[in-house]
Amino acid sequence: MLTYILRRIGLAGLMLFGLVCLTFVIANIAPSDPAALAAGPDAGRSQIEQARREYGLDRPLHEQFLRYVSDLARLEFGRSIATGRPVGADLARYFPATLELCIVAMIIGLVLGVPLGMLSALHKDGPIDHFTRIFAVTGVALPPFWFGLLLQLAFAAWLGWLPTSGRLSVFTEPLEPITGLLLVDSLLRGNGGMFLEAASYIALPALVLSFPCLAQILRVNRSEMVEALRADYIVAARAHGVRPWRLVVVHALKNAMLPTLAIIGLRWGWMISSTVLVETVFDWPGTGLYAVSSAIAGDFKPVMGVTLIVGLNFMIANLLVDLLYGVLDPRLRSA
Amino acid sequence: MAVTVETEAGRQAKARRRAGNRRWRLAAWLIGRSFASMLGLGLVVAIVGLALLGPWIVPYPEHVIGQVNLADKLKPPSMANWFGTDEVGNDILTRIIVGARLSLLVGVGITLAAAAIGVPLGILAGTAGGRTREAIMRFTDLFLSVPGLVLAIALVAALGPGIGNAMVALILVWWPGYVRLAESKALAIREEPYIEAARVVGASRLRILWRHVLPNSISPIIVKMSMDIGQAILAVASLGFIGLGAKPPTPEWGAMISIARGYLPDYWWYAVFPGLFIYLSVLGFNLLGDGLRDILDPRSHRT
Repeated sequence: MLTYILRRIGLAGLMLFGLVCLTFVIANIAPSDPAALAAGPDAGRSQIEQARREYGLDRPLHEQFLRYVSDLARLEFGRSIATGRPVGADLARYFPATLELCIVAMIIGLVLGVPLGMLSALHKDGPIDHFTRIFAVTGVALPPFWFGLLLQLAFAAWLGWLPTSGRLSVFTEPLEPITGLLLVDSLLRGNGGMFLEAASYIALPALVLSFPCLAQILRVNRSEMVEALRADYIVAARAHGVRPWRLVVVHALKNAMLPTLAIIGLRWGWMISSTVLVETVFDWPGTGLYAVSSAIAGDFKPVMGVTLIVGLNFMIANLLVDLLYGVLDPRLRSA
Repeated sequence: MAVTVETEAGRQAKARRRAGNRRWRLAAWLIGRSFASMLGLGLVVAIVGLALLGPWIVPYPEHVIGQVNLADKLKPPSMANWFGTDEVGNDILTRIIVGARLSLLVGVGITLAAAAIGVPLGILAGTAGGRTREAIMRFTDLFLSVPGLVLAIALVAALGPGIGNAMVALILVWWPGYVRLAESKALAIREEPYIEAARVVGASRLRILWRHVLPNSISPIIVKMSMDIGQAILAVASLGFIGLGAKPPTPEWGAMISIARGYLPDYWWYAVFPGLFIYLSVLGFNLLGDGLRDILDPRSHRT
C-alpha cells in the first residue's frame, strides 16, 4: 500500500515538473521580446537592454530555466504588467472566488445528477430515461458562454429574479475575508443578508459551470445503477424481502457511488478550466477572468500563473482519485 | 482455363460486392433505427450543406464581406431578415451561413491534423514497446497535465491572438488524445494471432503496421474524430468569444457572440442565433459519433 501511494505521488511530482517545463517552453516560443514587454511600450533600446539584464534574459537558456524553477519554488510567478502587482498576490486574491464557484457547481452537479441518474436507471428505456439522455447529450454540446448569456437574458433581464453579473452588488460593503469564500464568510460572521445576496449572484454562473459535469455524473450514475440493479446481491436482497427504496438507495446506490466519486475528481480540473469562459460571461472576479484579460492584453506572466494553478488542481484531483481507488479497490494496488 | 479463372475472379468480386452491400445495409439500418443517430446525421448533413452552398444561398451576398448600412442596424427578426441584423446593418442569417464554412473547415482541420500527428505516434508506441514507447508516452503525458482550453489560451497568449494561431494552439492541445487511443488499440492488436501470422510469412514491419494494425484500430479513431470535430468547433468559438480567436469582422460564430454580448439584453437575437448554430453543430457531430460507435465499434459499448 505504501509503495502504491509513494509511486502515485512520485508520478504526480514528475507531471508537475513536466508542466513547469511546458510553461517554460511556451514562454520561450513567444515571438514578442519579453524584455521589451517588461520595459513597457515607451522604452528605448537602452532601457530594454537594462530590463533584459535585470530579468536575466541575456543568460543562456538553461540558466534561465534554473532561475524560473527556483522562482516558482518560492511561489514567485513574476509581475503582472496590467495590475502592477506580483502574480502570486493576484492569484491568491482571485483564486478563492474561482474555488467557491467550482465547489457550488460541483454540489449542484451531484445533487441533481445522482437522483436523475438513479431515476433514469429505475425507468430504463422509459420516457424519463429518454429525456435524461437528451439532457445529458445537451450538457456536453451546449456552449457554456452562450448558455450563460441565455440564462442572463431569461433570469436577469426578462424575469428580473437574479443579478446579471459580478460577485456582489457594487453598493455592498465587502467583508474582511476569512476563507475568501463569500458564502462561508458571510455565514461565519452571521450576516444572513449577505449570504442571500452572494447566493443570488453565484446561482447562474454555478449552474452554467455545473452543466457538463452534471450530464456526466448523470450518465455514469445511470449506467452504474443499471449494472448494480442487475447484480446477484440485489436479487438476493429482494428475495429476502428488503423494501424497494432501501434496496435502491442503500444497496445499489452505495455500489454505484464509487465511479461517481471518481468522476468528481476527474471533472474538477476541467471545471476549473471552463471557468475561463463562465467567468468572462458573468464578470466573476476569479482566476479565469484574470487569465483571459491578461491574455488579451499580451500580459504573459499571469496567464502562466493561472496555467500552473489549473494544472496543479488537475494533478491533485487525479492523484486523490487514484489514491481513493487504491484504498477502496485493493486489486489496483499492484498495478 | 482462362475462362474459369475469370469466372472465379468474377464470382469472388460479386461475393465481395454482396458482402459490402450487406454491410452497408446493416449500417443504414443501425443508423435509421436510432432517432438520436438520425438527428445527428441530419444536423451534420445540414451543416455541411450550408458550408458547401454558403455563398450561393445566402439572402444578402453583399453582407458577407461586411458593408456598413446604418439605416438597417439592429433590426429585430422579420420576414426580410429572419434572424435580424447586426450593429452595422448586416443580415445575421447571411453571416451565420457564411460562418458555417469557416467553423466546419477549422473543426475538420484541427481534428485531421491532430489525428495525423497522434495516430502514427500512438501506433508506433503501441507496437514498438520498450524505450520508444516510454519516450512517446511520457512526452504525450506532458501535454495532458493541464486541461486543453487553458493550455490553448496560454499558447495563443504566447503566439498572439488570431484564428490561425488559435488553430495551431488547438492542434497542439488535441493530438495527445489520439496517441493514447491508438496506443491502447495497437497494444491490444499486437498480441493477436494474425499479426504473428503476418510476421511469420515475412511481412515487413511497415506492411504490418499499414495493412493490419491500422485498419483494425481505425473504428474507435473514426468515432473519436467525429466527436472531436464538434468539440473543436466549440473550442474555436470559445476562443473567438473571449477575444483570442477570429477577429470580429470575420463572420465567426464565437466572435459574433462576443460583439453581440455588448448589445444584450435589448438586441437579443444578435447573440442567440449564432450560439444556436454552434450548439446544433456540436450536438450533430456528438450524436453522429455516438451512432457511428454503435456500428463500427459495437464491443466498446457506451459506459
